[in-house]
Amino acid sequence: MALERLQLEHIPPAYQVYAAFFRDVANTDFLQAQLLARNSEFEYAFVDASSVISRLHLLSAVYSALNALLDGTLRTPNVHSEIVVSLNVNNNIADAYRRWGITPGKTKDLIVVKTQETIWAHLTEHVHGTPAPLTDVELALATDWPKIRKYYRLNGVPALERLADEGARRKEGERLAIMGMALRGL
Amino acid sequence: MAAPAAAPADAQSQFPPPKVLTYPAAAPPSLITQGAEGRLYKTTHLLPDRPCALKYRPPKPYRHPILDARLTKARLSAEAKVLDRCRREGVPVPAVYAMDPAAGWMMMEWIEGIPVRAAINEWLGARRPPEEGAEPSAEAADDGAPLADLMRRIGIAMGALHRTGVVHGDLTTSNMMLRPRGEGQAVNGCVGGGDDKAKVLEGEVVLIDFGLATQSMSDEDRAVDLYVLERAFASTHPRAERLFATVLESYKDTFKKAPSVLVKLEDVRMRGRKRSMLG
Repeated sequence: MALERLQLEHIPPAYQVYAAFFRDVANTDFLQAQLLARNSEFEYAFVDASSVISRLHLLSAVYSALNALLDGTLRTPNVHSEIVVSLNVNNNIADAYRRWGITPGKTKDLIVVKTQETIWAHLTEHVHGTPAPLTDVELALATDWPKIRKYYRLNGVPALERLADEGARRKEGERLAIMGMALRGL
Repeated sequence: MAAPAAAPADAQSQFPPPKVLTYPAAAPPSLITQGAEGRLYKTTHLLPDRPCALKYRPPKPYRHPILDARLTKARLSAEAKVLDRCRREGVPVPAVYAMDPAAGWMMMEWIEGIPVRAAINEWLGARRPPEEGAEPSAEAADDGAPLADLMRRIGIAMGALHRTGVVHGDLTTSNMMLRPRGEGQAVNGCVGGGDDKAKVLEGEVVLIDFGLATQSMSDEDRAVDLYVLERAFASTHPRAERLFATVLESYKDTFKKAPSVLVKLEDVRMRGRKRSMLG
């Protein structure tokens, strides 16, 4: 089973996080239609894996959304859409859905995040893809770096260009992306 | 909201921790230091094995709540923006992990190691006995090499900071960390690799505490930044005062305008930190 249960630091136990990773998802148009219809059965955070670097990157967005939920400062209808919006570096919600959300025809690999309740049976029934472990190695296979560099404004950044080692460059890119999210809208 | 009963009610937190720290974590947060404007906790970010520093600016009861909220938010945002700018330019500063400007907190990368102040003092302390010996001149020059090398690294870090258009505003040897180099990084650029004593002064200089930092390109502001460090250095490490020249020497080659900053520093030394005689 590829559903993972996560307990983040500084988050009450009642707000446990469940996450799953599906590769080669075939029915993205159906899934997006459910979101657009505000079908409450499908209240998930669907994240396009090509715009995600690593677990830390994903979890930073989840933490930021949960923090907004606990604070009562959600900017979007629910915590799940807030996760998608938290991945952005600015406050443009439509832009965030387009870049990090599910896009029919474009999204191939999908990360699903849900808080507070288990969802596995429902997910495997409706998401037509291959379950994969949500590890940094698997995620890296799906990451589209040119896209990441564009979304997080990492092109031509001196801190990255001076690093010769590809691994070190990705690590720093991840840090700068998380930093960009933390500074969202500033 | 269901506030957990298990808040970190340890003896050391005589101040109420920020709300974000009242939620459960693998280890309770510990108060590291406290300044006039804020407090610094060591805690974790996302996962138990990811340490972070949490800077919290508590509300000031003597200020009007609206003004207080606005000032806290503006100052925290300014600090985060400066850190972001430095990090992108490759200046050695902590990364920001998460923040909530409205609530007054910011989680930052935890920098391992000790402050430069502690390292210099340890080094000077360890060296005291031989200095009182018979032959001071023969060994002194060679013995000072690791310290001079640290001074050079400080000058380079400051040059990198000023080159990006940021002035720190509160440079002291306490606001610089000496981060041990990881396995991945080459251990070159440090003299005296094998010497145990010299190890104290090894590592990467990382600038911290940007609470008073501003974005400025003027020679005046940069010179004042150097002057503040020079004064702090002279009072914290009087025995190493003459070595400060090495900081300025290496600073000089770090960016194009550095020499003119050093010229300005002469003016600042003559009159002190304040330009206007009115304040």
